[in-house]
Amino acid sequence: MQLINVPKGQSVRIISYRGGRGVGFKLRQLGLSPGKEIKILRYAPLEGPIMVEIGGRAVALGRGIAAHVQVEDV
Amino acid sequence: MRIGLIGQPNCGKSTLFNQVAGYKAETGNFSGTTVTYTESSVRLMGNIIDVVDLPGTYSLAGSNPAEREVIKYLTSNEVDAVINVLDASHLSLGLVLTVELLEIEVPMVIALNMMDEADHMGIHIDVNMLENMIGLPVIPMIASKGRGIQPCFIRAFQVGQRNQVPHPPQYGPEVEQVLRILEGDLGGVESYLKPHALAIKLLEGDPVIREDIFRQKPDVTSDLKQLRKALQDQGAQNGEWLINEERSRLADDIAKSVVQQGKRKLTLRDKLDGILLHPIFGYIGLILILYFFFQGVYSLGGWIETPLLVLFERIEAWTLSLIGGDDGLVSEILLGLIQGVSGGMAIVLPYLVPFLLGLGVLEDVGYLPRVAFLMDSLMHKLGLHGKSIVPFILGFGCNVPAIMSTRILEDKRERYISAALSTLVPCAARLSVVFGLVAFYLGPGLALVIYLFNLFVIALTARILSRLVKDTSPGLILEMPVYRIPTVRTVINKAWWRIREFIVEAWPLLIVGSVILAIFKHYNVAIYLNTLVHPLSWLLGLPKQVGVPLIFGVLRKELSLVMLGQALGSMNFPEVLSPVQMITYTVFVIFYIPCLATMIVIRKELGAKAMWHIVGMTILIATLAALIARGFAEIFF
Repeated sequence: MQLINVPKGQSVRIISYRGGRGVGFKLRQLGLSPGKEIKILRYAPLEGPIMVEIGGRAVALGRGIAAHVQVEDV
Repeated sequence: MRIGLIGQPNCGKSTLFNQVAGYKAETGNFSGTTVTYTESSVRLMGNIIDVVDLPGTYSLAGSNPAEREVIKYLTSNEVDAVINVLDASHLSLGLVLTVELLEIEVPMVIALNMMDEADHMGIHIDVNMLENMIGLPVIPMIASKGRGIQPCFIRAFQVGQRNQVPHPPQYGPEVEQVLRILEGDLGGVESYLKPHALAIKLLEGDPVIREDIFRQKPDVTSDLKQLRKALQDQGAQNGEWLINEERSRLADDIAKSVVQQGKRKLTLRDKLDGILLHPIFGYIGLILILYFFFQGVYSLGGWIETPLLVLFERIEAWTLSLIGGDDGLVSEILLGLIQGVSGGMAIVLPYLVPFLLGLGVLEDVGYLPRVAFLMDSLMHKLGLHGKSIVPFILGFGCNVPAIMSTRILEDKRERYISAALSTLVPCAARLSVVFGLVAFYLGPGLALVIYLFNLFVIALTARILSRLVKDTSPGLILEMPVYRIPTVRTVINKAWWRIREFIVEAWPLLIVGSVILAIFKHYNVAIYLNTLVHPLSWLLGLPKQVGVPLIFGVLRKELSLVMLGQALGSMNFPEVLSPVQMITYTVFVIFYIPCLATMIVIRKELGAKAMWHIVGMTILIATLAALIARGFAEIFF
């Protein structure tokens, strides 16, 4: 399933992401690499960004990017 | 001896730097780039050492200019030792950078910062074990309270003196084997990296390194392909991310061995974000915070400005009486000089000081990324990202700190557009024109209409500019740091360095500009200036005499009102201007050419080309907007 469809408060595992090398790089730099577990903290209103927690850090992702991230239930 | 500070964003690196740096610290650019660093001399055990605060980077992979400059700088001979600042409360993520730093083999120590926060979060770290596992000295630290700083610098000094280079990290056996083969291929290649690090970067697929090596040794291409394929056949999932994954695996392994996670308490971030990022309360909070920000800044500014104006008026009067009140060239120049000095002072003290202090606090508390989170969706509709809202907001006070604040934006495009747009935001000086002319003579309702029209023009310009300059960034990926109480020292130092730049670079130009205009005035160049501007004043249906106040208004925007009265021979404007003319003039003044101080800051931050672009753009927008305003005003008056 896509990251943007995960309800708030749930934890999921990243499977993969589509998109260019640049996106992959930035996501990995913040620790969001495939296999990692993340928790959805909140959604900004009006199609705004989504905030997730990874290794104790909170990271905001634009919807466009989050739509490219495939995740699975843990 | 020079020691470089490196760490990921929000690891407390700047706090550490500010604890040791003096007021003389210098901000510089890596040659040919907009990537900045700050450097300061520090006294340590009777020696003078240079400490360099490098830009915060998550990795050294060279995915942006800052990372490439940092790795070049670290491997040059300019740095003798590196202090890698790690956030103890987020160890495994931070260690990825540490592992990457081990690859380039420079003398290094670890500052394990934010021990208090880790403690609060129930995290216990076995420091000895960490030292053994990464083979580097590890010094626990609480930089904000000044703890652990001296021992850390002493160790770094020793390590640098002995040129004690750490061992490169050990990756999986298949990877190491491939690296050895690549290393063999790279004999004789010239690079700022050692062969081993070069092999790693090559395998990682760093585009710049790859191109450089393929140019020097074209036959490496086929070897690299084969080796990558072999690795993939052995089960490694993707060549491109292989090294990346090895690093994060190693970092995870180390973190798992040394960290003991106790019971995690609910952090301040969890609690505050629940309110400050709430779909409703978050926006109310944003408005309140901005309200108090402006309130605080303006009251501080007003408190400083009033006595300042009185002082300069006295100095002017005193100077005039001293030279006997004649209105020859000398007294004109002297007055121009005083006005230049006071003009600079009038920007620095009431606006720059409070605004930059306030910005520093918002920045260090960690609120700015939250503003980006809240505003991202709205700003996207204008073709921008959430963080770009900050320069806009500051622009309402003064455009100078607004332009300076574009530094918080990483992307060059974003900086350019935000800077251009924030010059269209009516600052306090232009506000005085709107109030003095439109609100006073035609009513506050109309002033409000002009404000709304201004916002509309800014939004429209944003849409057009964001279409013209194509967006290459994929979208928002931004860490929301933990809320922190900023240290007074960091906030003051940061504001001071920015103000000093203005004083050194913009102020002298302001004074020179003032004197030149004084000379113009003496030789009665007004008539030529008016003729120069005449095509424009004719087009807008304004009296010819507005040329002088418009040109002098570039120096300081308030002058476009004060001098308008002088030029037209009456401060009672309804006698000399029709309502339509007042509206047209005000709209033009809101948008046309940013003031000289703003122009100088744009040149400094974005280059001369960007400055001229913005000047041209604002003239065009001002003319169009004034024509539209004139058209509408003629219907109603």
